[in-house]
Amino acid sequence: MAVDATVAPTTARRSLGEVLGVVFGPVGQLLAFIVGSAASLSLIVVVLALILSSAQPDIMQRVVIILPQVIIDGLVRGFLFATIALGYTMVYGVLEFINFAHGEIFMIGGVVGATVSFLLVSAGALESIPPLVFILLVVLVAMAFCGMLAVTVERVAYRPLRGAPRLVPLISAIGMSLILQDLARLVMTNTPLGFNARYQTPNFGQPIQLFTMQIGERSVPVILSPRDLIFIVAATIMLVVLNYVVNATKLGKAIRATAQDMPTASLMGIDVNRIIALTFLIGGALGGAAGALFGLRIGTVNPYMGLIPGLKAFTAAVLGGIGNITGAMVGGVVLGFLEAFVAAYLSIFTAGNFSGAAYADVAAFSILILLLIFRPSGLLGEATTQKV
Amino acid sequence: MTTSTSSQSLWQRVTAPLSSGPIAYGFLALYVLACSILLVTNPRTELSTDVVFVLFLLSMLVAYRSRVAAWFKVVLGVFALGVVLPYFGTLNPFYIDVATQAGIFTALALGLNVVVGFAGLLDLGYVAFFAVGAYAWGIFSTPQITEINPAWSPVDPVMFYPFLIIGLILGLITGVLLGLPVLRLRGDYLAIVTLGFGEVIRVVANNLDRPINITNGSQGIRAIERPPLIIVDQIRNLGIVADDNRLYQLFFYYLVLIIVLLTVIVVARLKHSRIGRAWEAIREDEVAAVAQGIPRVRMKLLAFAIGASFAGVMGVVFASKQLFINPPTFDLLRSINILAMVILGGMGSIPGAMLGAIIVTMLDLQILPRIAAVLREAQAAGAPIPRQFDPTQYQRLLFGLLLVVMMIFRPEGLWPDERRREEQHEVEITDEELEADKTAKQAGADSGS
Repeated sequence: MAVDATVAPTTARRSLGEVLGVVFGPVGQLLAFIVGSAASLSLIVVVLALILSSAQPDIMQRVVIILPQVIIDGLVRGFLFATIALGYTMVYGVLEFINFAHGEIFMIGGVVGATVSFLLVSAGALESIPPLVFILLVVLVAMAFCGMLAVTVERVAYRPLRGAPRLVPLISAIGMSLILQDLARLVMTNTPLGFNARYQTPNFGQPIQLFTMQIGERSVPVILSPRDLIFIVAATIMLVVLNYVVNATKLGKAIRATAQDMPTASLMGIDVNRIIALTFLIGGALGGAAGALFGLRIGTVNPYMGLIPGLKAFTAAVLGGIGNITGAMVGGVVLGFLEAFVAAYLSIFTAGNFSGAAYADVAAFSILILLLIFRPSGLLGEATTQKV
Repeated sequence: MTTSTSSQSLWQRVTAPLSSGPIAYGFLALYVLACSILLVTNPRTELSTDVVFVLFLLSMLVAYRSRVAAWFKVVLGVFALGVVLPYFGTLNPFYIDVATQAGIFTALALGLNVVVGFAGLLDLGYVAFFAVGAYAWGIFSTPQITEINPAWSPVDPVMFYPFLIIGLILGLITGVLLGLPVLRLRGDYLAIVTLGFGEVIRVVANNLDRPINITNGSQGIRAIERPPLIIVDQIRNLGIVADDNRLYQLFFYYLVLIIVLLTVIVVARLKHSRIGRAWEAIREDEVAAVAQGIPRVRMKLLAFAIGASFAGVMGVVFASKQLFINPPTFDLLRSINILAMVILGGMGSIPGAMLGAIIVTMLDLQILPRIAAVLREAQAAGAPIPRQFDPTQYQRLLFGLLLVVMMIFRPEGLWPDERRREEQHEVEITDEELEADKTAKQAGADSGS
């Protein structure tokens, strides 16, 4: 975790203004990256369309019509990756270890959400509770369950291996990821949930029409579905709260100290094991909430849905500079936009020869590889020397 | 081979007389003969045959570890793996199929062992190189090639043999292409990048049916050619009646056996060469290794490329043996599967990787289905087992548990590399033990010469 050098190492209480600055500064940075990447990617797409418009006269129109929808999609994907990436980056910051099972924590968040919804349906209470209460219930249950699960996983599979060669805990984490996948499958296929569990929700109301675009004679409505809105709002709240916890509380200071230098932190009276467990708790809770919200958005969950988002979230964490919390958010959003643009425009620009949806994964991993070659420290990370 | 930890002293006291001296020769010969006779006289597929089959394979391990003359080990090996097992295979094709699969995975595990075990590079996308070899032969030997360019026609099946070399070169090239950019990375980044690469290869294979149909997408490639059997007419002339499928099973068994033997020789020579020592140095401490003048990137690249080329060759064999390949054959689980073999056996240990490969393949093909069948019977008898539960479907759980348990309790594997075990446990070696070790080594050298 990059420790903010501007935070004065005083024990004095900081003024409200300073706290607000610390909490919302990263949000401002995030906002800048959202606007920046959306604008630059849109520009690239429009320029490409201009170049190709001599061959295909209608390409410009087709590109512009879907553009606002693609930006919304990118935002949702971006926040999804950002919330998962936070779990990776916090654990990496403290332990310098890739918690491979984190994608599975995300998946289990979705499964827990579906279970809550299933229980409500069988109690006949789903339609009668207000949507907001439903969302709170689902998210809080998923956060509690996944936080505890992450702590348990750390206790069982990682703590005994602390101090072992680097590859040892990583292999253990891969094993843990496989175990969680199949345990979830075992539970789901032997209960009424089924392999592809349906995730029923109360009625969230009509899609919100933001504005209509005039393109030629056609007017194209730009629609934001309530589920997307819920996801974006909830993710933003979580990011702000996390920023507050890490940057403005005593606990956060302990986490940052542990990340910076574990032996010294323990000499300063910080219970390092407790801080590591708390880091897993926070990361797991965020992953679980992301899973519950993501499942709610797409309507079904299955035990294998965690792997690919987990990998991409890791890519996002590296993109932002692994170990850096703001970086994870920024990386998530940038990757989300990139992927949304590739998924939407690849087939338009290649005349349908390459399906964008299929190659979006390839694009994400190619970004990871390129990034690690040319800028392994990420967008916001500082070049670090490896401890010898 | 010596084991000299004090905890094993009782075990040693029991096994010592059986593993050296004249008793050992008699014991081993008797053991192998007994198992062979039991196998050949009872070739049905049932639990008792499974047990005997495992004991039979175990005899090879016992022979390898015992202190008898090298020629005796070779005779036993040739007799058991070259004569008894193929003959048994003609009686019961299921077991020779298991043996062939185990052989293929042994070669893959040996290849991955070079990357993970020797050089310490965690490669989670190893199966991608396997896929490259398999798809190369799949595309070039079937009419799939005409989809790429109607003017081209499938190659003659006899080209299978040169294609083994082509598969090797393709694996090598892919390994270098992937390795060059990513090998500068630290270990854990490398793991994720290789994993991503494995997924990319699978996604590309799944989607490359448009714009040009190269891989036939998710439907996979069917009716892949098998090489012509060279000496089949001579065998028929001898009056042995054998249908093609049987002969092909034998053919692939022997082919895989030869490839595994070659792989073992290459890997063992590499391990004890200058290159092998350089790999080990990099694995243990990169900074110190570079300071000693070891070209880090070149050595890592070499390990990566060698591992990949083994996978390329086995891909060609695999495609030809299975007759059918599709993208899910090469998913992440298979990479993890091979990794589990290496870790179970012991990273960096050649016999360990082979043992791991055989155990995991047997677990996959024999033991899990057997447990499933037992559960099915129990269920029919009214035991409270959920109907959907099928142990063969829970390989991930099994491999996951295996990885975690091995990492926590025995990170050096079942059959550890001697040097690595000493590092991981750092037991205080007393003078007596050193002395015993020295004499044991001498005895081994004497019997070996």
